[in-house]
Amino acid sequence: MNAPFDTCVRVGGVGVGLSTSSDAFAGILAKRFAGFMEPAGEADYLFDVEVVEARDDASDEDVRVWREEGLWRIERGDFRAVLDPRTRRGRIRQHANPYSVDSLLRIVHTIALADEGGFLLHAASVVRGGRAQVFTGASGAGKTTLSRLAPPDTHVLTDEISYLRREDTGYVAYGTPFSGELGVPGANVSAPLAAIHLLAQGPENRVEDVAPAAAARAILGNVLFFAEDAMLVRRVFAAVLDAVERVPVRCLTFVPDESVWEVL
Amino acid sequence: MGSPVNRYIARSPDVAARRIGGELMIMSGRDSSLFSLNETAAALWDAADGTTPLAGIVEREICPRFDVEPAEALADAEALASELASHGILVFSEAPIPR
Repeated sequence: MNAPFDTCVRVGGVGVGLSTSSDAFAGILAKRFAGFMEPAGEADYLFDVEVVEARDDASDEDVRVWREEGLWRIERGDFRAVLDPRTRRGRIRQHANPYSVDSLLRIVHTIALADEGGFLLHAASVVRGGRAQVFTGASGAGKTTLSRLAPPDTHVLTDEISYLRREDTGYVAYGTPFSGELGVPGANVSAPLAAIHLLAQGPENRVEDVAPAAAARAILGNVLFFAEDAMLVRRVFAAVLDAVERVPVRCLTFVPDESVWEVL
Repeated sequence: MGSPVNRYIARSPDVAARRIGGELMIMSGRDSSLFSLNETAAALWDAADGTTPLAGIVEREICPRFDVEPAEALADAEALASELASHGILVFSEAPIPR
C-alpha cells in the first residue's frame, strides 16, 4: 500500500484536507487545484478519500445533499461522502475523476460558507484596481466571454463559481479553482467586492441599477445550493439578502467585445 | 345551514422570510422555492399567528385595507392560504395551531 498523500485545498480562507493512498488521485489533485494547495496540517475540514472503480454514466446522476443524525451526506453516482460538522472530519468514496472531487469541494464549501455569511455564486469575478467585480448569469450569459475579454491589468478570480463572504470590513470576493469553459483555475487572490452585475447581452454596453427585490431574486436563482435542509436554506437566504442590502447590484448589458470594460 | 368552520393559519417554521425593497420574499426550506408575496398575501402572512381565525384576520386586516366585501375577501383568503399551504409556506388548519 502507498504512503498516504495528504494535502489541503484552501479556497476563500477555508482549507479542506484530503488524504489518499492513490497516486493517480494525488496527481489529479495537484493538477486540478494548482495554486490553491498547501500542507494538510492547515486544514479546517479533513476527509479520508477512498478511490473506487468508475462507471461511465455516474456523474450524470443528480446530486443529493442532506443531514441525517447530525451528519452531512453528499451523494452522486460518482461519489459518496459523509461529513461530521462537529468534528469537521469526513470520508469520501469516489472515482479517480477530477470532476468528482471538484463537485464535492464546491458542495463542502457551500455548507462551510453558509455558517459564515457567505455563498458561492454562478458568476465570473475579477479584480481590477484593487476592487472585485462579479458577473452572474446562467450558462451562456457571458461569464467566460467577459473573463476572456478582461484587460491585462485584471486578475480573473474565476469564470464560473465566485466565492463571496462577509468579513469585518464588508464583502470580499476570493479566487477559486472552480473553472468553467475557460478551463483554468482562477487567481488565488481576494479583494473587497465593489458590485455584482446581472449579465444580459444586447446591442450596446450599459449599466443600470437593479431594485433590491429583483436583485435578490436574480442572485438567489444563481446561488450554488444543493442541500435539502431548512436550516441551511435560511442561512443562505439571509446571506444573499444581507449582501443585496450592502453591495450595489447592477444589470450589465453588453456587446461581447473588449469595449464592455469601458463601462465598468 | 350550520355555522361556518373556523380556519387558522400559521407561518411555517421551515421557511426563511424577509422584506426587501417593500416586497416580502419567502424561501421554502423544503425545496428552496422562492416566493414573492403581494400586499394581500403579505398581510395574511403577517397576521398568521395560528390562533386568530382566518375570518377574523380578513375582517380586521384585509377588508378595511383593500376595500373588499367580507364574504368575497374570505373566499379569496381561503384560496390563497390553501395555495401557500400547498407550497409549505403556511400551515392551514381547522383548529388553532400551537407554536
